[in-house]
Amino acid sequence: MSPLLIVIGLVVIIGLYFVGTYNGFIVLRTRIQEALSGIDVQLKRRADLIPNLVETVKGYAKHEKEIFENVTKARSALMSAGTPGEKAQADNQLTSALKTVFAVAENYPDLKANENFKDLQRQLEDTEDKVAYSRQFYNANVLEFNTKIQTMPSNFIANMFGFKVAEFFEAEESERKKVEVKF
Amino acid sequence: MSIYNQISSNRWRTYFIIALFIFFISGFFFLIGQYLQSPTEYFILGFIISLISSIAGYFYSDRIVLLTVGAKPADKKDYFDFYTVTENLAIADGVPMPKIYVISDPSPNAFATGRDPKHAVVCATTGLLGMMNRSELEGVIAHELSHVKNYDILLSSIVAVLVGTVALVSDWIMRSMWWGGSRRDDEDRGGRNPLMLILFILALIIGPLVATLIQLAISRKRELLADASGALLTRYPDGLANALEKIAGYPQPLKNANSATAHLFIANPFKKQNKGSWLVNLFSTHPPVEERIKILRSM
Repeated sequence: MSPLLIVIGLVVIIGLYFVGTYNGFIVLRTRIQEALSGIDVQLKRRADLIPNLVETVKGYAKHEKEIFENVTKARSALMSAGTPGEKAQADNQLTSALKTVFAVAENYPDLKANENFKDLQRQLEDTEDKVAYSRQFYNANVLEFNTKIQTMPSNFIANMFGFKVAEFFEAEESERKKVEVKF
Repeated sequence: MSIYNQISSNRWRTYFIIALFIFFISGFFFLIGQYLQSPTEYFILGFIISLISSIAGYFYSDRIVLLTVGAKPADKKDYFDFYTVTENLAIADGVPMPKIYVISDPSPNAFATGRDPKHAVVCATTGLLGMMNRSELEGVIAHELSHVKNYDILLSSIVAVLVGTVALVSDWIMRSMWWGGSRRDDEDRGGRNPLMLILFILALIIGPLVATLIQLAISRKRELLADASGALLTRYPDGLANALEKIAGYPQPLKNANSATAHLFIANPFKKQNKGSWLVNLFSTHPPVEERIKILRSM
């Protein structure tokens, strides 16, 4: 009688562990999706500020065509990006393009004094922070998820139900180095 | 200690504090009642008072605390940095954005209150907002958000309300005994001095109660832990270290802080010239700022 009870007890414990781990994976995966859409919200916010900025800067620095093109190109790349990696790369491009805009603005005192421009600059800086922080939250969750998928014993359950490691939100190392301001 | 351990420990301490508070206050009223020959009525009165203030403390501690320190809601237009920094760090921490309030006072300080992350408030003085740059402000807010996330706010806000209640009740009893006592002296009730007796009971029961409440709510570990998790959130411990240096360097104390709310603040609001009651001063409410800065610098 008692060996049977031990077997039943073990089966129940293993069953509970299975259910708990599986649910943990689902919770984390949902949180990752939510965090990713959180990044999207901030990226869209950032992209929405760009046309306004371009219009304002154009009023003072009409002939700086190249930087407008760069910014617009980076913006549309960001809008059409699909995977987290692509988005991260496009976002970095936009960051570097914006840096040139603000560097060029230094040469136009009237522009720098413009209230609208100052407000846009402040909002863009804040959105950049928001992108960085939502990325941090996303990556922290991905780290937890991926660790769980790859470590014993939860990796068995991950394999059984086909949970795949999630992609971190960051650009390649080479991409990151490109972010430089050219004068 | 993981965040989940912190949360459950804070929850249990809160329930324990409420039980302790109801027990002591009811017992205190029972003793007074025995002296006045109607123990049951006084016991019920004490039970009702302690029950009501516990319930009010649980659900409305944030509003009560904000009212006593004289805080006003802050909007995005006037407090752009405060608003956006709180918004951003809430994003990074994965918690809903807390409501933000300001206290009009030049002394730099900040605190968080509320009962859980969904009902949280972060409050800063205008002095702090004017003095800190963005990264220092991020350090302070991240520290406060750590208190929010691990439910320190639940415990410390309830303690603020309960200690406030003890202060009110003992004040009220002292007064009524003073006047009641002199009347009874006229009636010539023998050599017993009711005032002395009440003072004795006060010292016997209320003192240890307040001390225990505050000791349960504060601990050096709690502040150091919030410093550490705040630094983990901003990834820049020097921000908070610089902010603490600025706070420590400002000589003037905070006007609206009292001994019931002092433990809520990020740094001791009384500064060196301790204005708090002698009871509270027995227990240092904050770890020394120098020690906190040293730990943050070495991260």
